[in-house]
Amino acid sequence: MINSMGTSTEPHILVLAGGLSYERDVSLRSGRRVLDALRATGLSAELRDADVALLPTLQEDPPDAVVIALHGATGEDGSLRGVLDLCGIPYVGSPAAAARLAWDKPSAKSRLREEGILTPDWVALPHDRFSELGAVAVLARIEERLGLPLMVKPAQGGSGLGASVVRESTALSAAMVSCFAYDSTALVEKYVTGTSVAVSVLDLGEGPFTLPAVEIVPRNGVYDYAARYTAGLTTWHTPARLPAAIASAVAGRALGAYRALGLKDLARVDLIVDAEGEPHVLGVNVSPGMTETSLLPLAVQAGGLEFGKVLGELVRLAVERGAW
Amino acid sequence: MTGTTQDDYTDRYARRVRGMTTSEIRALFAVASRPEVVSLAGGQPYIAALPLDAVGEMMNKVGADLGTTSLQYGIGQGTIELREHICQVMELSGITGASPDDVVVTVGGQQALDLVARLFLDPGDVVLAEGPTYVGALGVFQAAQAQVRHVAMDADGLIPAALEEAIVATGGRAKFLYTIPTYQNPAGVTLTEERREQVLDICERHGLLVVEDDPYGMLSFEGETPRPLRARRREGVFYLSTFSKTFAPGLRVGWILAPHAVREKLVMASEANILCPSAFAQSAVTQYLATMPWREQLKTYREIYRDRRDAMLDALRDLMPAGTTWTRPNGGLFVWATIPDGLDSKAMMPRAIAARVAYVPGTGFYADGTGTSNMRLNFSFPPPDRIREGIRRLAGVMEQELALRAVFGPTTPQRRRGPAAADTPGPDLA
Repeated sequence: MINSMGTSTEPHILVLAGGLSYERDVSLRSGRRVLDALRATGLSAELRDADVALLPTLQEDPPDAVVIALHGATGEDGSLRGVLDLCGIPYVGSPAAAARLAWDKPSAKSRLREEGILTPDWVALPHDRFSELGAVAVLARIEERLGLPLMVKPAQGGSGLGASVVRESTALSAAMVSCFAYDSTALVEKYVTGTSVAVSVLDLGEGPFTLPAVEIVPRNGVYDYAARYTAGLTTWHTPARLPAAIASAVAGRALGAYRALGLKDLARVDLIVDAEGEPHVLGVNVSPGMTETSLLPLAVQAGGLEFGKVLGELVRLAVERGAW
Repeated sequence: MTGTTQDDYTDRYARRVRGMTTSEIRALFAVASRPEVVSLAGGQPYIAALPLDAVGEMMNKVGADLGTTSLQYGIGQGTIELREHICQVMELSGITGASPDDVVVTVGGQQALDLVARLFLDPGDVVLAEGPTYVGALGVFQAAQAQVRHVAMDADGLIPAALEEAIVATGGRAKFLYTIPTYQNPAGVTLTEERREQVLDICERHGLLVVEDDPYGMLSFEGETPRPLRARRREGVFYLSTFSKTFAPGLRVGWILAPHAVREKLVMASEANILCPSAFAQSAVTQYLATMPWREQLKTYREIYRDRRDAMLDALRDLMPAGTTWTRPNGGLFVWATIPDGLDSKAMMPRAIAARVAYVPGTGFYADGTGTSNMRLNFSFPPPDRIREGIRRLAGVMEQELALRAVFGPTTPQRRRGPAAADTPGPDLA
């Protein structure tokens, strides 16, 4: 960023997208959008996949900062962040350890509960526990303890992949099988009925703040993969149609979750507001979707900010800060 | 206070567009393009086997020497030079005496299909097609708002009795039979000599048109390839083929040989559709057929694909869990596998992607979302050692899934909401 003449130049930014996760396709879309937004603000950025050519490139031509638009394990479980730390390259977003904690939903939920942040009751079980103890008995116990309806989802993962709502006992086995196709551990949660909202949290150098909550109303009632990434299948209300007091409680809880998990720069917190107006934190995302139908860019716009400028500011802060 | 759907046109789309959504299965194929993944999911010919230097020189000529015509508009029907060559190509398959006048050049076989649909299908019409069938055809028929009724096949291809039954069951509403009789995609089976006559007789008796799609007929590995249906009947049969598998899919050149009476309407429909096929691509194919040893090249393809098919069949025999069966294609690009009871090829996809292997779940080849107990495996693109490695990984995935299913018991497969294409990769996947 400082050339040999001692004068300042624009930072060279590497946007990472793709990867080998189930969310590769989403990530490529996010990456393209991030790239366009950065370039639109006059910054110099290029897009790269996370593959065997990445490390040699980082060594030969180290960028001033990396923006991680990778979703799924590579982008979110902290491992790639750890590698960037090894290389001494700054990146936008949470440090490796915080990312790892947030990525594993059961671990994140435990931390949230310790911090007194409401999250639906749950149990997390690897598939081999079912074979050891007998699926029928374990499922019956889960149902007895948590009650129907239930939410079954991979302990690690995103985009609604492998997730399903179980309203009848007979559907529980199938939901477990679908879930285990994506991950070896399933998170079974008490399903909270209410208003789905996502709150984006940003920190542009003066402490974290929340953007207006985005309310999610899928046309078919289910916010699955198709509903997330097909424009037209979901209506997003920004700000969420919540009374001021509840909106404020939602924002407070999202901020609480962000802090409890030690997150930095930006994150998205997914919540559900129950019939009594109580917000429950479902999970957090340290590498939120940046596609045209993603929630964080919507929230940025609703907050009166410009997506490209926000990214540019986060990059500037990362460069200043250096590697975590 | 109003919300946004990020698509202000949602309520304005035509009915045929409904159900066109992103799908998680399609998204999984994005991973299959990475080199770590053994992709048995594609349908690409092994273009690296072409003499690319010579093809490059030839293309140079198409631009430099023939540019005043190859870069210009052409006629809707396609150039006479190419249509004459096409008639020679069809002679090799056994279609003799076809007139270049009855040939319409199309943008790949896909546009040929689209033209037939435009000419014959009204919304609500019925099309009979093999079950399973080519996903691209399902897409065309869906866009025409027609209904597809599948007709069962066995190792000898379409079952004549099932065809007759389907015709009767649709009460005369069926407009045509869409069939890929030779080295079928995805099943890899071939309609036998005997059945060819039976199928034609049945269609004739019921006044049902036949749309014969023949992209793979020239890619035979052994034995005699039965002559196309069109070689047996001049009327009532539309013959569709392409240079995508015999030369280069990137050029997008196919054709349709139609009964004389229909040809004019096909040309008009094509002009309304695309004005004219690419003059450049037609010129390239013409030069290829006129100046290059394309018959030898076909031989090369056959040998490469036979080796790869053998590698796949050997690996399947050696590695697949008990209860798995598969077809043994004598040509073409695909093996169709039937997986053990209780497994769901679509639900198993994420596990396969995690194990770095990809296939196409059988559901991609049925209009009605059935096919969960099948998968299509491509052998034309990956080399033999990668094929074996892919099958090894796939077998492991199936073993894991079988173990899981044993724990949780049988479950009912989820039905797809959108079109068959939601369960298949795009054409760019190798």
